[in-house]
Amino acid sequence: KCRDYRHFGAEFRRFSLERSKPGKFEEFYGLLQHVHKIPNVDVLVGYADIHGDLLPINNDDNYHKAVSTANPLLRIFIQKKEEADYSAFGTDTLIKKKNVLTNVLRPDNHRKKPHIVISMPQDFRPVSSIIDVDILPETHRRVRLYKYGTEKPLGFYIRDGSSVRVTPHGLEKVPGIFISRLVPGGLAQSTGLLAVNDEVLEVNGIEVSGKSLDQVTDMMIANSRNLIITVRPANQRNNVVRNSRTSGSSGQSTDNSLLSCSQQIEPSFEPEDEDSEEDDIIIEDNGVPQQIPKAAPDAESLESLTQIELSFESEQNGFIPSNEVSLAPTASGTNTEFEAHAADQKLLEEDGTIITL
Amino acid sequence: MRRFLRPGHDPARERLKRDLFQFNKTVEHGFPHQPSALGYSPSLRILAIGTRSGAIKLYGAPGVEFMGLHRENNAVVQIHFLPGQCKLVTLLDDNSLHLWSLKVKGGVSELQEDESFTLRGPPGAAPSATQITVVLPHSSQELLYLGTESGNVFVVQLPSFRVLEDRTISSEAVLQWLPEEACQRRVFEMVEALQEHPQDPGQILIGYSRGLVIIWDLQGSRVLCHFLSSQQLENVSWQRDGHLIVTCHSDGSHCQWPVSSDTQQPEPLHSSMPYGPFPCKAITKIFWLTTKQGLPFTIFQGGMPRASYGDRHCISVFHDSQQTAFDFTSRVIDFTVLAEADPAAAFDDPYALVVLAEEEIVVIDLQTPGWPPVQPPYLASLHCSAITCSHHVSNIPLKLWERIIAAGSRQNVHFSTMKWPIDGGTSLAPSPPQRDLLLTGHEDGTVRFWDASGVCLRLLYRLSTVRVFLTDTDASESLSAQGEEEWPPLRKVGSFDPYSDDPRLGIQKIFLCKYSGYLAVAGTAGQVLLLELNDEAAEHAVKQVEADLLQDQEGYRWKGHERLAARLGPVRFEPGFQPFVLVQCQPPAVVTSLALHSEWRLVAFGTSHGFGLFDYQQRRQVFVKCTLHPSDQLALEGPLSRVKSLKKSLRQSFRRMRRSRVSSRKRPPGGTPGEVSLGQPQPNSLQMQTAGTKAEQTGLQNMELAPVQRKIEARSAEDSFTGFVRTLYFADTFLRDSSHHCPSLWAGTNGGTVYAFSLRVPPAERRMDETVWAEQAKEIQLMHRAPVVGILVLDGCSIPLPEPLEVAHDLSKSPDMQGSHQLLVVSEEQFKVFTLPKVSAKLKLKLTALEGSRVRRVGVAHFGSCQAEDYGEHHLAVLTNLGDIQVVSLPLLKPQVRYSCIRREDVSGIASCVFTKYGQGFYLISPSEFERFSLSTKWLVEPRCLVDSAKIRNHSHPNNGDSIGPEKIVGRARNSGSQHDGEGKLVAGLVQAHLTRSLLPAGVLKEIQSTLEGDRG
Repeated sequence: KCRDYRHFGAEFRRFSLERSKPGKFEEFYGLLQHVHKIPNVDVLVGYADIHGDLLPINNDDNYHKAVSTANPLLRIFIQKKEEADYSAFGTDTLIKKKNVLTNVLRPDNHRKKPHIVISMPQDFRPVSSIIDVDILPETHRRVRLYKYGTEKPLGFYIRDGSSVRVTPHGLEKVPGIFISRLVPGGLAQSTGLLAVNDEVLEVNGIEVSGKSLDQVTDMMIANSRNLIITVRPANQRNNVVRNSRTSGSSGQSTDNSLLSCSQQIEPSFEPEDEDSEEDDIIIEDNGVPQQIPKAAPDAESLESLTQIELSFESEQNGFIPSNEVSLAPTASGTNTEFEAHAADQKLLEEDGTIITL
Repeated sequence: MRRFLRPGHDPARERLKRDLFQFNKTVEHGFPHQPSALGYSPSLRILAIGTRSGAIKLYGAPGVEFMGLHRENNAVVQIHFLPGQCKLVTLLDDNSLHLWSLKVKGGVSELQEDESFTLRGPPGAAPSATQITVVLPHSSQELLYLGTESGNVFVVQLPSFRVLEDRTISSEAVLQWLPEEACQRRVFEMVEALQEHPQDPGQILIGYSRGLVIIWDLQGSRVLCHFLSSQQLENVSWQRDGHLIVTCHSDGSHCQWPVSSDTQQPEPLHSSMPYGPFPCKAITKIFWLTTKQGLPFTIFQGGMPRASYGDRHCISVFHDSQQTAFDFTSRVIDFTVLAEADPAAAFDDPYALVVLAEEEIVVIDLQTPGWPPVQPPYLASLHCSAITCSHHVSNIPLKLWERIIAAGSRQNVHFSTMKWPIDGGTSLAPSPPQRDLLLTGHEDGTVRFWDASGVCLRLLYRLSTVRVFLTDTDASESLSAQGEEEWPPLRKVGSFDPYSDDPRLGIQKIFLCKYSGYLAVAGTAGQVLLLELNDEAAEHAVKQVEADLLQDQEGYRWKGHERLAARLGPVRFEPGFQPFVLVQCQPPAVVTSLALHSEWRLVAFGTSHGFGLFDYQQRRQVFVKCTLHPSDQLALEGPLSRVKSLKKSLRQSFRRMRRSRVSSRKRPPGGTPGEVSLGQPQPNSLQMQTAGTKAEQTGLQNMELAPVQRKIEARSAEDSFTGFVRTLYFADTFLRDSSHHCPSLWAGTNGGTVYAFSLRVPPAERRMDETVWAEQAKEIQLMHRAPVVGILVLDGCSIPLPEPLEVAHDLSKSPDMQGSHQLLVVSEEQFKVFTLPKVSAKLKLKLTALEGSRVRRVGVAHFGSCQAEDYGEHHLAVLTNLGDIQVVSLPLLKPQVRYSCIRREDVSGIASCVFTKYGQGFYLISPSEFERFSLSTKWLVEPRCLVDSAKIRNHSHPNNGDSIGPEKIVGRARNSGSQHDGEGKLVAGLVQAHLTRSLLPAGVLKEIQSTLEGDRG
């Protein structure tokens, strides 16, 4: 059994939890919201550990850790997310606040070292990843770059070049595409996974051999929202060393293995699968922009379709253009498509706020 | 699950695809780029043109065309037909000789190269010793006399090109026969002229450059007579009876020398300098031709006064008191005179002068007084003003066709009525199944209407939009032409005129409604003209309207060109298409898209700033829409560096093409893998294009040293030129609900936005009373933001909507309005099908993400099956930036076939491509030539022709070698009477088919052939 008290603005609450069975973070979070009667407010949760540092609670692991350190009380701090001072977290954070004097005496001291804002872990998103390590030869690396919004450029350049391949006729010089430059501060550079002179072998599962520089450029730009490039790094020393079996077989000749590999993995790189975020936007009758749902007949998209319809409806304050409603009786596409529309209809009816024009 | 089903493995579909699609480059229209040699066969009546890239093209009667390409990419310097044979010899600038022949295969003649040969001197001899300067095919058909720079004349036996060393006429041998004074004064220089005696095959004339001319007896190996002139010799003409020789010289004079073996002439009989007395340029070629009437024709090239007219390209014709110097706008390559071909005839009686100039071919009728030009049925100079756009209309109704021809015939009154004199061979191609028009827009503000139905691209009618506008160079031009002096008697001929009065007049978009005869033409300075076909000349004012595309935008400045000033008040227009409305976009940016709906009487136009809709019935603007992104400052300030550089880059790419064509005409399109293409018109490579020419020239070599880089960056919405309207489309479809369809206008922009406007067009009876009304119904933003290049609505049966008035004329089924319509949006990167009226993505085909290629041109085409008469499918014909042509199926967007067509470096070729509605297409292979290609098995326009060797025998010398071959069979069949004509060809075709298929010994084949001949003979 442990006792806790927390502070929320000027409010302080104290309640108890079972120390041996703390439960999940989600439940705890819900409990906090319940206790403070703030069911729809996003909050940041932190606790003071034994060293006096303010540490975050945002998943099961650090929640359990926090509960285990309660001695016997656990001080929990709750901040509204939009007002949150992220710099409050970290080592010595609680102690530093006492050091007011130094700040007063040397005010520029603070300005010189602006605090780096580190957002909460759940706010992080991946920017890149190495994928398919298990199926690629060690000499190759498949990097996925995640492009969100437009704030950070992809930031790299490619060029023509030539590389040496092992062929049945011996070593042969073949044309290839290479990374020629990384833009400082760009996504490509910040990942650390791509470097100048890396040879580009594939773009989103499609081999670049035989394609011109402009073709490869266009392929990369067309896939820029979800770019997966397979490279042979110029620096081969940082390669992941896997078990001896693979390293033994692909130690020398890289290209044979590349060939077999790319065939194996091709199905998993059907670019048609990568479209989830690529929905076009439609504006009906000068209305509010809306994502164009897919009319694909599988269950998943049906689900997403209904979700989008719902959100659209709420934004429109119940106003629905007439064409939305009158679609169902005349839709003569595939059966499944008809069902999709029927589902719309049902949802709209449930809501009961339709105005037919 | 679906993804594992790979397309294209259904055997039935594969079979059907073979019946529907095949790719052929069928014929090249227009004038050969950079011609370098001319040849003519009086017996075959066939003209040959050689080019600097090593191509030779043969032209006979309209429809009779052949094309050959030397393996070497060297310029063709000379072309000589062998007398009395379907053979010709070409000399390239690498000093190699090539023997070509027209062989009959499968009932049609084909041009092929048989043999090639390079003359080699003894080891250690100077290369000039064997540098060929003149070629003389001897009438014996077996010998070729080759004059060289060393002054020696070599003899080569045909067809094996065996050098007959013992017959060589060396300068030393000639020297022995000359009197002392001739030897001392002259050194032997290169051979400038070689001619066979017109009557006696045993004598030839040899002219040396220093002025010595001899007549050589071939049997006796001796000089029969010699003539010495004091001037450098340029060329020689031998009178038909052999009694007179006319020489022309470098000082612009020509001399006549009587030929007689007894007396040696120290001085010419007559010498004249036609354009003296001031120094003149050389006369490089001369013809002396006799006539029944007595007075001969003297026709020569050059000889103009050096100081005042030295820069003119002239050919002078002197006959009786008539004297004319035909003045060409481009350099004269060569010329020939068509005269009596029968050697037994007493006089030459020339009837036509054929001049090959750098940019056009001109034929002058010498029989009609005044020597008017003859309109060529082919070899049209497409580029007489640079082509800026083209538009193809298939299946023209007969009525409109006749009206256009009537309007055109009034423009051609200055042409001679003479039948086209070059009429060798027989065209076997079936008459074209339909009438097709190709419209080309030009830089000088003209639109030319070409008959594109068959093999010959013929000019029907020429429309000029210039009269609508006030231009600076109006009156002064004609005055200066009038003020020309009377001597020399210059007369401008030809149509090649590359100088544009005002670049703003340039035509950018054309749209013709073939049913109503309404034409919309849009140009560089934002002008949109609406024209109506009128069979009478008329004088009326053109209604002028301004379309302000920046209506709701404030504070923008246009830094580009001003709009054109239109003429106020009535203007007189000649019969044909007459303008009645002029819409001028403000700012006057180049019109980038145009659509006309003749049933609703609406025209839509778009520029880089927005688009507008105009009601040409009520002559009232319906609406304008600005498509600019607020941050897009660049587009507002003027014709942007990019537009400027586009023109420049086009010019550069033509230049580049010229260079590269020399080296890569035969190279398969697509280039070698990994090759850097200089001229992709992409934002990334634009900087390269703007680089100066000089830099570009060196750039090719430096490519290895400084590799080209390409930036990889996702497109952002703020990129400039997103507002550029790329495509406009009218459709009667379901825009708001699925129970009511209505007229709609669709517009696609460079930034991947599609706007849809629903229109209300009043019914016909109240069309003038009620206004057309439009309202924006939809806006689609494609997430990939690629330029929208095509919009299409498919009806309930997934068939593209018919053209306006097509249904009204019973030429199309009415579209299915019961089922749901679909919208196809083609961007440079993807094809997407959406449902209508509720827009949801249904299908897509990504092109760029997979292949890196981008859509440059897209067109809907109907592909008929070659097997089943009535079976056909509608599909998309697509041209990518890599020069690939693909067929993408409708409505499922499955790639069907793919062919490489244009070299990817050939940007101007790719940009010029147009598709027809029946699976054919055209693109420019040079500024002056369209290549026609076909994707269809059913619609194929290609030359099929026969050149008859039997006909020659009648005219030529009797001692012909008897050749047994397929030609003979056909020849006999043709001679045996008209009823057997077709049959004979058929049999010959069959024999030929057997020849190619079976592996019978040659003897057996000959036997079969002779039996066939015997049966018919």
